[in-house]
Amino acid sequence: MITITDLHKQFHNLQVLKGISLTVEKGKVVVIIGPSGSGKTTLLRCLNALEVPTSGSVQIGEVKLDFSQKVDRSSIPRLRKQTGMVFQSYNLFPHMTALENVMEGPVTVKKADKDSARAKAAKLLSKVGLGDKLDHYPAQLSGGQQQRVGIARALAMDPQVMLFDEPTSALDPELVGEVLKVMKELAQEGMTMVVVTHEMGFAREVADEVIFMDQGVIVERDTPAKLFAQPREERTRQFLQHLKA
Amino acid sequence: MQMFLSNFFDNPERLNRWIDIAQSSFLPLLKGALLYSLTLAIVSFFFGLILAVLTALARLSGIKPLVGLARFYVSLIRGTPLLVQLFIIFFGLPSVGIMIDPFPSAVIGFSLSVGAYSSEVVRAAILSIHKGQWEAAYSLGMTYWQALRRVVLPQAARVSVPPLSNSFISLVKDTSLAAAILVPEMFRKAQEIVASTYEPLLVYSEAALIYWMICFVLSFIQDRIENKLDRYV
Repeated sequence: MITITDLHKQFHNLQVLKGISLTVEKGKVVVIIGPSGSGKTTLLRCLNALEVPTSGSVQIGEVKLDFSQKVDRSSIPRLRKQTGMVFQSYNLFPHMTALENVMEGPVTVKKADKDSARAKAAKLLSKVGLGDKLDHYPAQLSGGQQQRVGIARALAMDPQVMLFDEPTSALDPELVGEVLKVMKELAQEGMTMVVVTHEMGFAREVADEVIFMDQGVIVERDTPAKLFAQPREERTRQFLQHLKA
Repeated sequence: MQMFLSNFFDNPERLNRWIDIAQSSFLPLLKGALLYSLTLAIVSFFFGLILAVLTALARLSGIKPLVGLARFYVSLIRGTPLLVQLFIIFFGLPSVGIMIDPFPSAVIGFSLSVGAYSSEVVRAAILSIHKGQWEAAYSLGMTYWQALRRVVLPQAARVSVPPLSNSFISLVKDTSLAAAILVPEMFRKAQEIVASTYEPLLVYSEAALIYWMICFVLSFIQDRIENKLDRYV
C-alpha cells in the first residue's frame, strides 16, 4: 500500500530525514516512535507532501511521486487524495459546524452533491460518537470531540491510508481514551494506518509493527511484543527506558 | 458668540430664512448623499476590496515580479494625495486622449485608494490565520485557490471587519473630494446651495450632519456584522 524509497529531507543545512525506506502493507497499522527531533513527524508529513522531500520517492496505492525529479504540481493533490490526515492540534475549520467540517472535503474537492455528502458526514460523525453534535462549532466541543471530528473529516474522503500526527498529545489525559478507542475501531475495520504517537499502550495493543526513529533514520522496526520486550539496538533500549522512568 | 446669538434671535426674519433654507436644501442634499456619495463609496469599496485581495495575494505569493508590482502600487497610491490622484485622472488624462466622465473617474480614483490601503489589512488578516488551517485544507486534497476561498478568506474576513469598516467610513467622507472633479455628490450640492443663498454655516453644517447620520448607521451595521461573524468563536 505504501512504499517509501530512500527518502531524504533537508531544511537549509539540517538533514531531518537521511534515507528512509519503508513499506506498509494494506490493512496494517504502523506506529512510529522516537524522541523529538527524530524526524518522525516530518516522515509522516512527507507521505502527503505537506513537506516536500528533497529526494526519494513515495508511492501510495497507484500514485507514485519521485521527488528526485521535478514533481508535477497536479500530482500532489492526487497523492493527498489517497491519504487522510489527523493533526495534533486538530486544525478543524472554526467557521464551520462539525457537520460542515466533515462535508467540506467531499463537496469542494470531489464535487459530491450536498445531500449525499451531508448524509455521509452525519453517518461518520455518529460512528465516532458525535451523532448529537452535528451542528456544534469546534469552539463548542472538547478537545477529544474536536479530534474525533478531525478523524471523521479525514475519513470522509475515503482515503486508502490514514496518517495520525500525535493525535492525542494536545489532549487532557481523561480525553485521550475516547480518541484512541475510535482509532482502535478503525484499525479493526482494516484501515491502513501510520501513527506517530507517544501512547505506548496503543502501540502495544494495536500496532502490527513499531518503528523506532532517531536522528533521521529508522533504528529498528519490529512487532510491538518484540520491540518493547527485547529491543536489539542500544538506542531503542535507552529511549524505552527513558519512557518508563 | 453672545453677540452673534443675540443678533440672531433678535432678528426673526433671519431665523425664518434659515428654517426655509434648511428645509428646502435638505432633500437635494440627501439625494446627493444617497445617489452619489454613498453609491460612489459602495461601488469603489467593492472594486477596491477586489484589488486589495489581489494585491495582498501578490505580496504573499513570493513571486518576485508580483511582489514588486504590488509594493510599487501601494507605495505610489499611499505616497500621493487622493485629491491629486483624482485631478490626474479627470483633468490630466484628457490631454493624452483619455476622457472619463466625473463619476467613473471618481470610482477609479477611490477604488485604487481603497485597494492600496486595504491590501495591508487583508495581508495581515491572511497572515493571522494559523498555518494548520492551510495544511488541513491541503490534506483534504484542496488546491491553493480552494483552500483560500473555502477556509482562509472566510476566517480572514472576520478578522478584517473592524479595520475595513473604518476604511469604509473614511471613504464615505472622502467622497466629498469628488466635488472637485464635478461629481454632483452631497458636498458639491452644498456648495451650489451656498452659492445661491450665502449661508455657508447653515448649509455646510447640514451637510456635516447628514454625513454623521450616514456614518452612525454604518457603525451600527458594523456591530451587527461583527456579532454575526463572532457566533462561532
